Amino acid sequence: MTDHTANTPAHDGDDDVHEEHTHPSEGQYIKIAVILAVVTAAEVLVYYIPSLRPLLVPVLLAMAVVKFIMVALYFMHLKYDSRMFRRFFVLGVILSLAVFSVVLLTFSVLGSAGTG
Amino acid sequence: MGDAAVVAEAAPEHDPHATYTGLDNVKLAMWAFLGSECLFFGALISTYLLYKNKTEAGPKPHEIYDIPYTSVSSFVLLMSSLTMVLALAAIQRGDHARSRTWLMGTALLGCTFIGGQIYEFTTFVEEGLTLSTSPFGSAFFLLTGFHGAHVTIGILMLLSLVGLSLSGRLPQRDASKVEMVGLYWHFVDIVWIVIFTVVYLIP
Repeated sequence: MTDHTANTPAHDGDDDVHEEHTHPSEGQYIKIAVILAVVTAAEVLVYYIPSLRPLLVPVLLAMAVVKFIMVALYFMHLKYDSRMFRRFFVLGVILSLAVFSVVLLTFSVLGSAGTG
Repeated sequence: MGDAAVVAEAAPEHDPHATYTGLDNVKLAMWAFLGSECLFFGALISTYLLYKNKTEAGPKPHEIYDIPYTSVSSFVLLMSSLTMVLALAAIQRGDHARSRTWLMGTALLGCTFIGGQIYEFTTFVEEGLTLSTSPFGSAFFLLTGFHGAHVTIGILMLLSLVGLSLSGRLPQRDASKVEMVGLYWHFVDIVWIVIFTVVYLIP
């Protein structure tokens, strides 16, 4: 019998494709959801505190990044699944950030001429 | 020995689940799709950022946004991610009744979010912001409208899963179907996390 897995290069010691199945328990999912809810409440609270206005943008962005990463890692199981899946998604996110940062920078250099 | 015989001998034993990468191709395709969706929503968010100050004679963003209301909508969508992941956990251990309950719960939370968005859009139109009022109006409705369309598609997929489960066509071995819909649903949630911060909270 032929061992067909041996013919696939991805199995040659490459753990990128190794799929873990030890997902969090229901209790852990609920804890993660509670953390997400608390961070959302903190976002709204920060929005209404006048003394935090100078730091509003970095603080809000940091909290959004925390929520984004938590959902992707735990609810979408990127922490536990193959690294190949993570690469596909992270590539999309990085490409998106890079392309649209350039777009926004270009328009900011052009000023109102760019957006009419 | 003929070429055909050599090929037949070298060919692996047929396994319908074996893939070249050793990964589930459907899941790989879903992640590739979600990666491309990042660029789609990235374009819409960038457009919004470019035009949010072009309000012409129409209302300005922070004159019309109702932050407490949108915060509740965000919370609802966030909790729908929890019910979605609980639905997946339930079907993976063969608890179909509980999986259906969580799937229905997720769909209901999604409907609540969409209902809230329809109410918000109606209010904005009454306050003078339409798709054609200003570049800001166009960018806002385009971004949030496309997100709402994604949520609506997700709700339809969730209801399809409930229908399949009720008719006995969603056995435990097909839990990956729930997982795929779940990935899509969590992505929609992730996009809203960004929209809520960038569009509503950041002045």
